[in-house]
Amino acid sequence: MAITPPSERIWWRQPIAKIELIWIIIAFTWGLIMFFMMIYWHGAGEQNLSNEAYQIKPQRFAEHAQAMIDEHQVREENGFPVVRPPPGSDVYLIARLWQWWPILELEKDQSYRLHLSSMDWQHGFSLQPVNINVQVHPGYDMVVTIKPNQAGEFGVVCNEFCGIGHHMMVGKIYVVE
Amino acid sequence: MSSLIDYRTCPTTGLRVDRAAEKLIKANAVAAIVFLAIGGLFGLLVALTRWPAVHFLPADWFYLALTAHGLDVLLVWIIFFEMAVLYFASAILLNSRLAAPKWAWAGFGLMLSGALITNVAVLQGGSSVMFTSYVPMQAEPHFYLGIILFAVGALIGTCVFFGTLVLAKREKTYEGSIPLVTFGALTAAIIAVFTLASGAIILIPTLLWSLGFVSHIDPLVYKTIWWAMGHSSQQINVSAHVAVWYAIAAMVFGAKPLSEKISRMAFLMYILFLQLASAHHLLVEPGLSSEWKIFNTSYAMYLAVLGSMIHGMSVPGSIEAAQRARGLTKGLFEWLRKAPWSNPAFAGMFMSLVFFGFIGGISGVVMGTEQINLIMHNTLYVPGHFHGTVVAGTTLAFMAITYILVPLIFRRELMMKKLASWQPYVFGIGVAGISVFMMGAGTLGVARRHWDMTFADAALPFDYPSAAFLMMGLNGIFAVMAALGGLMFVVIVVGSVFFGKKLADDEKPSYPEVPPASAAVSHYGSSESLKIPGTAFLVGIFFVAFVLYYFVNWKYLSEIWPLS
Repeated sequence: MAITPPSERIWWRQPIAKIELIWIIIAFTWGLIMFFMMIYWHGAGEQNLSNEAYQIKPQRFAEHAQAMIDEHQVREENGFPVVRPPPGSDVYLIARLWQWWPILELEKDQSYRLHLSSMDWQHGFSLQPVNINVQVHPGYDMVVTIKPNQAGEFGVVCNEFCGIGHHMMVGKIYVVE
Repeated sequence: MSSLIDYRTCPTTGLRVDRAAEKLIKANAVAAIVFLAIGGLFGLLVALTRWPAVHFLPADWFYLALTAHGLDVLLVWIIFFEMAVLYFASAILLNSRLAAPKWAWAGFGLMLSGALITNVAVLQGGSSVMFTSYVPMQAEPHFYLGIILFAVGALIGTCVFFGTLVLAKREKTYEGSIPLVTFGALTAAIIAVFTLASGAIILIPTLLWSLGFVSHIDPLVYKTIWWAMGHSSQQINVSAHVAVWYAIAAMVFGAKPLSEKISRMAFLMYILFLQLASAHHLLVEPGLSSEWKIFNTSYAMYLAVLGSMIHGMSVPGSIEAAQRARGLTKGLFEWLRKAPWSNPAFAGMFMSLVFFGFIGGISGVVMGTEQINLIMHNTLYVPGHFHGTVVAGTTLAFMAITYILVPLIFRRELMMKKLASWQPYVFGIGVAGISVFMMGAGTLGVARRHWDMTFADAALPFDYPSAAFLMMGLNGIFAVMAALGGLMFVVIVVGSVFFGKKLADDEKPSYPEVPPASAAVSHYGSSESLKIPGTAFLVGIFFVAFVLYYFVNWKYLSEIWPLS
């Protein structure tokens, strides 16, 4: 029994039953398939993180964002600047207590280098209803190249707990044709 | 020396029981269940708040309750119970005395005071930082201090376990190799040392930071090391509850592992590879390479997952083989149909096995896939997954073995037997519902750790799909059911421990039925003739579900915006 010492003292010499051996081989092979699937997707798939990131002072990041807002603001909405940066450009999104700043307006099927960083605590970039979720740290500038493939209005929810106003932290991204 | 030890002889197993070990098992188990009750209550409050139609607590209380829930059940309940399991698997199963019981009591005292201090810190309201306490968000210093004391206490208990193994070997209290269950407990203890050391490495500087002696803690470094404790401590649970599965299979059916070699190798894989799981929490963080993420998140090519899949066949397989050896050989499933489903120890153990595999296991591997994590990270899918592993898996297994421990260790007849036979179903199905509906809501994007899914106070409007609200309502209903199951457990166990009929030292308990050691099935025939077609069929269903669900999620991923 499993609660007593093994009945065969030389238990490591006992042969393995065929059915267990078959299962081990299947399970091991499946593990290899899952492992190589991740590597395969880096070549064949379209959804991968570049892992491009820099250390940056929050204030420096805020300056980049402000420069972008000054240059490309098109209108204002509920006190948020709406910014329409040119395709292919560097786009900055500030996470802070408790806002995603500014609102972005992007063109469908165009690529943008989206920079994410926090001014204070950790935040979670959660693009809805697409459901893309990326962690946002203070002191790190994470660059994700995004290519919106559908037009519409998208919400940016914070999904890392960031204090009492966490549930009010909603941002917006417009994608236009 | 050993002549001074106070022993009794167990009338059921014939084992010599060191009363010092017995007292420690009792103390740790009682403390565990008290914190299970407290943490479970906080969990109910959290679920009632996340139920959109009820939305019970205000925001500040919600985050306080969520922090307390995580700490009390994920850390305190489970580790106290694991201490009881360690002492049981060493001193009792090895027929030995416990090494250094005074140290074990000191460890217990530290754990208890640490747990109380951290609970006080949380209840004071200034430490609603969640279980993970990610920097730079800061808690009160005694929040960290309590966790550190708790961890040091647990480390002492783990050392007492190692010491007992050495003693038993030296005093030759058993023949041959240690039992498989003790081997599993040893696995858990080795992982615990790594885990507790990681906790100390990160929480001691964090304590100093909260006191003002350290100026800066890097949030990414914190997260990497914290999860070497946070995730690896869940691997202690996996090792411990797999050991408990084997123990219950042995105690209820006299089942013998299909192959000692294979089962021990599977435990060894846990020691070698489970520690890499810190990466599961870092798949969408800046500053880490994909090579690092892929190697670590897959436990080096899924070798630890392989360990679990081996146990997934070995545990039910050993039960099937034992039942067939007793003549329950009709068809694929007579052995399972005629299993003692009204015995809460068996029912809890078997549901734990099924839910851990199908709900917790599959979802964990899928979510831990580097790219698929993008569509799940920090959504409710995450707590959905770990309620499948830690609650439906570990907690249910620990509840199941408690029904055996109450008569054997506390020497009390179990009370409310009818209620006890229902308890695993109420709790197990409740928790399975919680897991599935949270995973469903997470797939629809709902954030975890979030007070208001309607975003009523936000400056910009946003709505989740209405199906997500339905999921959260169902989650609330099943949470109430699970809470009821938890309450039943606490009432039955606390009632029996304090008011159950006392068993004399030589009296055998009548319930739950445990066959005498002589009924053990020692041989299933040669390895060529082992027949476990029912288990093979169940494992086949599991494998097909796993493969389908895995690729369905790649399909979902391929539909989101291209990212590079």
